[in-house]
Amino acid sequence: MSDHAAAMNEPPLIDSKKTFADITAEVAAPLERKPGLLWKVAFTISLLLTIQFFVEIAYQMKKGIGIWGLHHPVGWAVDITNFVFWIGIGHAGTLISAILHLFRQRWRTAINRSAEAMTIFAVMTAGLFPLIHMGRTWFGYWLIPYPNWRFLWVNFRSPLVWDVFAVSTYMTISIVFWYVGLVPDLASLRDRSTGWKRGIYGVLSLGWRGSERHWQHYERAYMMLAGLSTPLVLSVHSIVSFDFATSLLPGWHTTIFPPYFVAGAIFSGFAMVVTLLVILRKVFRMEDYITLHHLENMNKIILVTGMMVGYAYATEFFIAQYSGNEFERFTFLNRAGGPYLWAYWIMVTCNVIVPQVFWWKKMRRSIAVMFVVSLLVNVGMWFERFTIIVTSLHRDFLPSNWAYYRPTIFDYSVIVGSFGFFFMFFLLFCRFLPAISIAEVKSVLWTAKQNAKPAAKRAEEAAHAS
Amino acid sequence: MLPNPFGKRPPLRGVLALYADPDSLLRAAAMVREHGYKGADAYTPYPVHGLSEALGIRKSWVPYVTLVTGLTGAGLGLYFQIWTSAIDWPIIIGGKPYVSLPAFIPITFECGVLIGGTMTLAALLVACGLPDFSTPILDRDITNDRFALFLPESAHDWNETRALDFLKGTQPADLRVVRG
Repeated sequence: MSDHAAAMNEPPLIDSKKTFADITAEVAAPLERKPGLLWKVAFTISLLLTIQFFVEIAYQMKKGIGIWGLHHPVGWAVDITNFVFWIGIGHAGTLISAILHLFRQRWRTAINRSAEAMTIFAVMTAGLFPLIHMGRTWFGYWLIPYPNWRFLWVNFRSPLVWDVFAVSTYMTISIVFWYVGLVPDLASLRDRSTGWKRGIYGVLSLGWRGSERHWQHYERAYMMLAGLSTPLVLSVHSIVSFDFATSLLPGWHTTIFPPYFVAGAIFSGFAMVVTLLVILRKVFRMEDYITLHHLENMNKIILVTGMMVGYAYATEFFIAQYSGNEFERFTFLNRAGGPYLWAYWIMVTCNVIVPQVFWWKKMRRSIAVMFVVSLLVNVGMWFERFTIIVTSLHRDFLPSNWAYYRPTIFDYSVIVGSFGFFFMFFLLFCRFLPAISIAEVKSVLWTAKQNAKPAAKRAEEAAHAS
Repeated sequence: MLPNPFGKRPPLRGVLALYADPDSLLRAAAMVREHGYKGADAYTPYPVHGLSEALGIRKSWVPYVTLVTGLTGAGLGLYFQIWTSAIDWPIIIGGKPYVSLPAFIPITFECGVLIGGTMTLAALLVACGLPDFSTPILDRDITNDRFALFLPESAHDWNETRALDFLKGTQPADLRVVRG
């Protein structure tokens, strides 16, 4: 594999002049120094947004979900848009950690940890929305099949129940996968620290000692978790799309939804990873680890998945016209030219047109360009979900039912609140846990060191070893 | 059964050699079995490939646990859905049969992954005897930049000087005797 990278003339994933100790020290550095002003400001803003989010939720539980702009026929709007948006964001983490692991894409080593953390926080954020969307949140446990005095079980034929299982399984397995990856690094931190910090890292690392007998089990277990997570990640957004696809509403009732949602999820998730990493590598001085090469690879994936999403938009539109069903036709013409045409065209511009700049290598490697594109992609992906949900609902079969959904201040409150909630956890993660997988980067470093040697020296060593 | 993290473990006694790079460790490990040492272990900051083979450590059984518990979880998930929908309180919903097999597949799959994944973690902990807060850490640099080879004191035929001489020949960066 290392020979493959050398033969393909790929840039090394890490500077081969670094030592193993450099990696431990540099990744641990942000955890060991006092937080900077930038971090404090960002954390305060996120915390305030989170507080207003929970105040909004409390008020909404008292008054009911009518305080949002919901009314007949738009019963699902910003709440479900945010749910699908955040679940989608969560997909990149598992894709990077599991699927790229199975395909032995070693550039994932520098970014998998933060991407997995992002997944967990995104799924946590997403999980709030179905709960508050229920209105009577305190009956949330009714979603779970448990023996009760009504002798009733949940309806296992309902995609909404599948969702409960899919999202909670995804959350659990993501945490397990993330934690298993963290254990050796927590042991590294334990062995660097003293006092109460050593105690905390010691407990969290479970007493990991790096024994080969343990690594042997560890690597196989990690591979198994990657193997389980790969179909899992594809299933989760497929199941989310079933919430719509199994209904009879034109604009929702389509078979393209599962692959279309999964592609969109990977697209938006990678964009969020790029946004976060551009900031992370700058603030925590990780440019040597999260290199332009890593970011360029991610931008390539954004380009590809962006075109898959664009293809899905086109197919959807074509099939609607081709179907001969006038309701289906109307729904799509209404999306592109109806009262919500602004949302539709924001979506198309941000998701299909903007990522095309990544055809140029210069653009793929420009921090400023990729930062703006990644932000725009996420704006576009938010509006994609908004378009699917709201424009399909607002003009249904009977024109007398038609209405225009307008978000209220409480809708805006949950949107910004969810971002605050997500960033609050992510900022805490960057402060208290290693944002880069120390152990995995070390194995990449050794490969880089081998490749950096002149060919003659390598041949000599090979002869010596045998 | 999860191990008791604070329980007493047999003390670690033997000889520890520390190397600065994985290749030196691999070269030394390759000679361990030739010299007839049993139960040798290596300690590394990241998994070094080829070490298990050199030390004769058997392949992990964890994947079998994943397979069996994953299939069991899926089976239980499917059974639970059939039992609640067709046996405990059969209700016709949407004109679908009591046992709506296609509609039960997503949750069957999720149950398989959930049980399989969590049990993989449990199996990993059992296999490694973690959490373990009583076995001493041989060297703090093992999780940083040292690659260690440990020869445990065996019940019979143990000659400390011979072990030290053997390890000295492998040019370690550091060599020491570990006593409990």
